[in-house]
Amino acid sequence: MTISLDVNGERHTVTASPDTPLLYVLRDDLQLNAAKYGCGLGQCGACTVHVDGNAVFSCLTPVAATVGRRVTTLEGLGTAEKPGILQQAFIDEQAAQCGYCIAGMIMRAQSLLSYNPSPSDEEIRQHMQPNLCRCGTHYRIIRAIKRASAVLANHQNKGDAT
Amino acid sequence: MTPSSHLPVTRRNFLGGAGIVVAFSLAGMSTARGAATGEAEPSGTGAVSVLPDDLQPFPYLDSWIRIDADGKAQVFTGKVELGQGIMTALLQVAAEELDMPPNLVSIVTADTTRTPDEGLTAASHSMQYGGPALRLAAANVRMLLLRTAASMLGVADTEVSTMGDGTIRASNGRSIPYGAVAASLSLHVEAVADAPLRQPKSYRSIGQSLPRLDIPGKVTGGASFIQDMRLPGMLHARVIRAPSEGMKLALPPRAEIEAIPGLHAFVQQGDFAAVVCEREWDAVSIMRQLMANPSQRQDENLPVGDIASILKPLPAKDYVIEKVSHPTAKPVKRLEARYTRPWYSHGSIGPSCAIAQMVDGELTVWSHSQGIFDVKRVASSLVGMPEDKVHAIHVQGAGCYGQNGADDAAADAALIAHLLPGRPVRLQWMREQEFGWEPLGAGMVTEAVAELDASNRIVTWNYDVWSPPHNTRPTTANGVLAGWEVTPAFPPAEKIPIPMPAGDGSRNSNPLYALPNMDVNFHFISNGPFRSSAMRSLGGHLNVFSIESMFDELAKAAATDPLDLRLDHMEDARARAVMMAGAEAFRWKTRRKESKFHGFGMGFARYKNLGAYCSVFLEISVEQNTGAITVLRAQTAVDCGEVVNPDGVRNQVEGGLIQSLSWCTREAMSYDTQRRTSFDWSSYPILRFQSVPIDIRVDVLPKPGEPFLGVAEASQGPTSAALANALADATGLRFRDMPLTPEKLRRALITL
Repeated sequence: MTISLDVNGERHTVTASPDTPLLYVLRDDLQLNAAKYGCGLGQCGACTVHVDGNAVFSCLTPVAATVGRRVTTLEGLGTAEKPGILQQAFIDEQAAQCGYCIAGMIMRAQSLLSYNPSPSDEEIRQHMQPNLCRCGTHYRIIRAIKRASAVLANHQNKGDAT
Repeated sequence: MTPSSHLPVTRRNFLGGAGIVVAFSLAGMSTARGAATGEAEPSGTGAVSVLPDDLQPFPYLDSWIRIDADGKAQVFTGKVELGQGIMTALLQVAAEELDMPPNLVSIVTADTTRTPDEGLTAASHSMQYGGPALRLAAANVRMLLLRTAASMLGVADTEVSTMGDGTIRASNGRSIPYGAVAASLSLHVEAVADAPLRQPKSYRSIGQSLPRLDIPGKVTGGASFIQDMRLPGMLHARVIRAPSEGMKLALPPRAEIEAIPGLHAFVQQGDFAAVVCEREWDAVSIMRQLMANPSQRQDENLPVGDIASILKPLPAKDYVIEKVSHPTAKPVKRLEARYTRPWYSHGSIGPSCAIAQMVDGELTVWSHSQGIFDVKRVASSLVGMPEDKVHAIHVQGAGCYGQNGADDAAADAALIAHLLPGRPVRLQWMREQEFGWEPLGAGMVTEAVAELDASNRIVTWNYDVWSPPHNTRPTTANGVLAGWEVTPAFPPAEKIPIPMPAGDGSRNSNPLYALPNMDVNFHFISNGPFRSSAMRSLGGHLNVFSIESMFDELAKAAATDPLDLRLDHMEDARARAVMMAGAEAFRWKTRRKESKFHGFGMGFARYKNLGAYCSVFLEISVEQNTGAITVLRAQTAVDCGEVVNPDGVRNQVEGGLIQSLSWCTREAMSYDTQRRTSFDWSSYPILRFQSVPIDIRVDVLPKPGEPFLGVAEASQGPTSAALANALADATGLRFRDMPLTPEKLRRALITL
């Protein structure tokens, strides 16, 4: 069937069976790279994207369930030339090894910072618990989230909410 | 005089006690180190007049470096990026010796038609052996650039120097850019061994934490991975296998499968089967549908029980690793212990993937394998095509930490593409296929007997290690799943362990400590219950765990500080320095147990006894009612020789530490008599954020001018050992069988 999607602020029309996981539509139909296949079971978080601002496992979300909702992927946060605050923080902390999990990590972290811009270490660890990293980059990821949090706080102090 | 000072300098038995191993290690080294010997150490003589090992088979400079007329350099390496940052670090090495800004240098990694064959990217070899080759090639290029520039500028060779910005300046003030010089310079000349290297005091790139080249793309959704490659007209394939190795799936008749809607092609050759679809989700759905058919175990039943009772009775080939004997004082205390680890999964977050295409009689395979030249050899033998018609190109995948399913998936894709020529075919393994079929990190058993004399000197060290293979890297179709499934099949090759000094299950089984009496033996079990191959640090993980656990057990028996006991038995100055630096930074000497179930532990090793030195210190607390461990502080100190990219080294050591904590505290491949039963992240749990140490510090000791030492696997053994030692300190109980799960700890602690 034909499905209309709002991804990163753009409207897309795809032909897919309604039970197709959003992940496959994002990757194969929209040719977006960031959300990754990791387990297909909602256990690793490599596929994490936002639907209406909430972090979801795109490998488990049927594409039909996203109709009329806003889907945001890592590509929606910035580009290599103009990275978003979290993306820049991950670059600054060199918070990646293989980097396969990183798109999901950033999207998971973004959902935390959107409702809690100044999380504690424990809040970060708890919030990031669904996402797996095998290279052991966790500690740097925590540092990157804190760095982004500090940048956000700095912006807010200057009255710059962007 | 200490007893150990009597030890002969050449006490290490490098040959593993087996003639066949010696002969094997020297065969076929000229073009492909990885091909025959997997992860063995190169056979270089170490003489100054000889080119570095990786340079010997490819001595022409243009195999490694080209300089364009616009002054940009292109560097070619047979090594590949696995997330360890090697692409960036090797680029820095080349930039240093070319004396160019890194941003004018680009790097091409393993590609069978473009780069030298440097064997596997494995065993922490890339910087230790690939680094010097590229470095000397670049130094040769700089030397030739200078000579040519001198003649172009009409001055003597001694009157010109490179400026670090891609230009050469003469003492008369005239200067010329590299591009202009390169235009009249052929690099198709052989490297010489004595090209002058740049000196540490004038380094511009080496020693800098140059940000990784690949990270910006990876944090913004760039096409960074093989999974992100989309070739025009690409089809999607799924290979159809039973849920686990050792089993066979009964498939319905071909016609029935071919009638399934959404199927583009059903590919079958012997017991190999795959579905190919236009749409990826269709391939997944059809695969699931077919996998609902019954599977039966083909191999004999899997043995269940404790790992020692499984492994020790199996037929083994015995190797003497170390045998030294010296007169000593009488022993007064004797300790015996057995240590074990289970089978581990590599646990790559992205299951293996490959793309292949057969066009005009030529086959191209894109793969994230660590041995891209072997991918070509495997594919060539599997499909029966000459090697010059098969081409393999590395594209990054998820971290692999050894031989995961990458090589199998590459062979699968090659076979599918060969059977279905024309369009490119992308094969993605599913999560459960990776768990069910990839080679595992081998389960192992060790037994140690140690004796102390009255002055707390270790006078006896008897040690045995039993292990299935840690290196079954494929070099032909006889090493991959598809090769065993096709008709006629390629029967598996005889398994031969990697010889010492690198070692296999024997890796790091010879203690670096100076002990007057040692009897170290390796029992190589060529046919274990599971398929097993290289996983980060190989046998070094359990061997270091065992040696370092035993040192703490001895320290306790001797009522001596564990650090002191180690230092009392260590003569290697760099090893001592790494232990002392870590202890100092950790404030080991002034540590104080704050409560019951709070404690400290350390571990040390020099990886393979020839790579990086690493000490790990941990402070932990354990919750009595749950067995949950909190690592409050982790401190490591590392000596990896000359440091090319300090942050890259820290990233690897820190990552290895966290990964090792995961192995040690929760991981084990589960199985019953029929099959592997771990198939997802709930049946194979790995460490998550809430178990990451509260604080991690990695101190990298500066060693300007020293040779590079491989570091990427250095923290695996010491970390698991430090954890077991910290647990013993915290609880008074010694845990010797990994994984040290919360449940295991809880059962033991609840009675205290």
